[in-house]
Amino acid sequence: MQPLRYDLQIIASWIAPGSRVLGLGCGEGDLLLWLKQHRQVIERGIELKESRVVKCIEKGISVLQGDINTEITDYPDQAFDYAICSQTLQQVYDPVSLIQSMLRVAGKCVVSFPNFGHLRIRSQLMVTGCAPVTRELPYEWYNTPNIRVLSLKDFENFARQAGFTILKKAAINTKNHQMEGKIVTFLPNLLATYGIFLIGHQ
Amino acid sequence: MSEYIGHDQNGATVGIVEKQFFTFAGPDDPFALESGASLGPVTLAYETCGTLNPDRSNAVLVLHALSGDSHVAGYYRADDAKPGWWDIMVGPGKGIDTNKYFVICSNILGSCIGSTGPGAIDPATEKPYGTNFPLITIGDMVRAQKILVDHLGINKLLAVVGGSIGGMQVLEWCVRYPDRVASAVALATTCRHSALAIAFNEVARQAIMADPNWRAGHYYDGPKPGMGLAIARMIGHITYLSDESMRTKFGRRLQNKSALSFEFGADFQVESYLQYQGNKFIERFDANSFLYITKAADYFDLAREHGSGSLVKAFSKTAARFLVVSYTSDWLYPTYQSKELVTAMKKNNLDVSFCEIEAQWGHDAFLLPNEKLDLLMAGFLRSISYAAAAV
Repeated sequence: MQPLRYDLQIIASWIAPGSRVLGLGCGEGDLLLWLKQHRQVIERGIELKESRVVKCIEKGISVLQGDINTEITDYPDQAFDYAICSQTLQQVYDPVSLIQSMLRVAGKCVVSFPNFGHLRIRSQLMVTGCAPVTRELPYEWYNTPNIRVLSLKDFENFARQAGFTILKKAAINTKNHQMEGKIVTFLPNLLATYGIFLIGHQ
Repeated sequence: MSEYIGHDQNGATVGIVEKQFFTFAGPDDPFALESGASLGPVTLAYETCGTLNPDRSNAVLVLHALSGDSHVAGYYRADDAKPGWWDIMVGPGKGIDTNKYFVICSNILGSCIGSTGPGAIDPATEKPYGTNFPLITIGDMVRAQKILVDHLGINKLLAVVGGSIGGMQVLEWCVRYPDRVASAVALATTCRHSALAIAFNEVARQAIMADPNWRAGHYYDGPKPGMGLAIARMIGHITYLSDESMRTKFGRRLQNKSALSFEFGADFQVESYLQYQGNKFIERFDANSFLYITKAADYFDLAREHGSGSLVKAFSKTAARFLVVSYTSDWLYPTYQSKELVTAMKKNNLDVSFCEIEAQWGHDAFLLPNEKLDLLMAGFLRSISYAAAAV
């Protein structure tokens, strides 16, 4: 089995063994498979793309093909210990209701996203005057799926407004196709490429 | 379901299989049906492939659709023109790998390919039942299969697998016998027919009953209602395809001619295809069985039968792991019907996987070679058998 991507390693380290985990936009199921094999979690995934759903089921992961915003609504309250939305929040049309749904079905939620406050993004906009294109956000303005641009600081402000608690956070900087990385503690909103948050009810 | 089977391109096969028969319920202890009527004796034709493991934990029950039979894979004789109806899925190294699993498939109650149906001899009259045969339900089919599974000494099925009407039996198995099923694969199916599906079935039945040879169902001593059955089959075939697949397969191409004939013969390829399918079907299928099985499918309503109208309540009775698969171009059992199942399962916290496979071949897609379905099936069954081994 391939080693986990660096950001997923951090998320995995936050998940208690044997818990029930819902992966929103779970891709090919790498994180869920790792958690199933190493943390004995009970896993469920939701993924939109048919080919990725096939990959998940091939691996023995339980996954539903569908839209995370609608599929999450069918689960009973607190059906999970954790709901994970990894690097997808910036593509969600209505992040408030998604996070509310996540907190309804799970006690704790993990949310991660690329940091739009990173130095490279700020300086690109400053110097070139054009919408930034980076390794983490590699699209042009006209074809990007990342319709919500937010920084680590934005998310922290959002937590206060939306009324949930940030239980844990990790600002990270990754390299080598995100396989390696390090925690950023100095000026995270300026120097981290990704933010990962563990959130819960207030 | 249509017939598509050709020989396996890679030559993988379960080899020679034998049709077997199991008879239960004598005149003294008849098999009670859901309608209130009873039936006896009841014979089920069945076949098995692969090997049952010592702890009897690797049995997979495959459930066939309207026109299928117990001949799921392999050959009766080395020179058979065709293998069993799901030979692409069942065999060594295939989606349902007979090197790992013991596969059972029985002809459904009411059918005509070895199991007791309206063409069987009524012990009371010593003549074929005809329409004196009682109406049967999907539940009756499953209850008969359960007696067969008991007879084979299998306490818990690793999986029940089926598409279309076979998928209805899958759902029925899980809810009716929750302790006997570890997992279930429901392909291109529904928990109840839509009005559209019932409508097509009714037109097909009317075609049979309008055939002068049908004679209220008592035709076994004379000519068969072949014309009616052929039309019924033609109607069925239209519902198994899709606009796209018919456009690709036939378009408006003419059959063996370069210009319109200005007669009522088959001008278009699609006409010729339907006539061929209809005529082929009457050689192997009994018109009364078609009536009984389609009626059973129309009556099927999992929520009404097992949940007082609530599908969520119906699925609260099972703990099986599910794989639900639909096909983008299936308009007979469209994706929304599979999603209805999935939603009810989710509300019960059941372990369910769902995939909508992109395929242009309409309802019939589940019978056609599809690498994705092979991968889904193999991966799902593998994860079930690991979980079963870990317990």
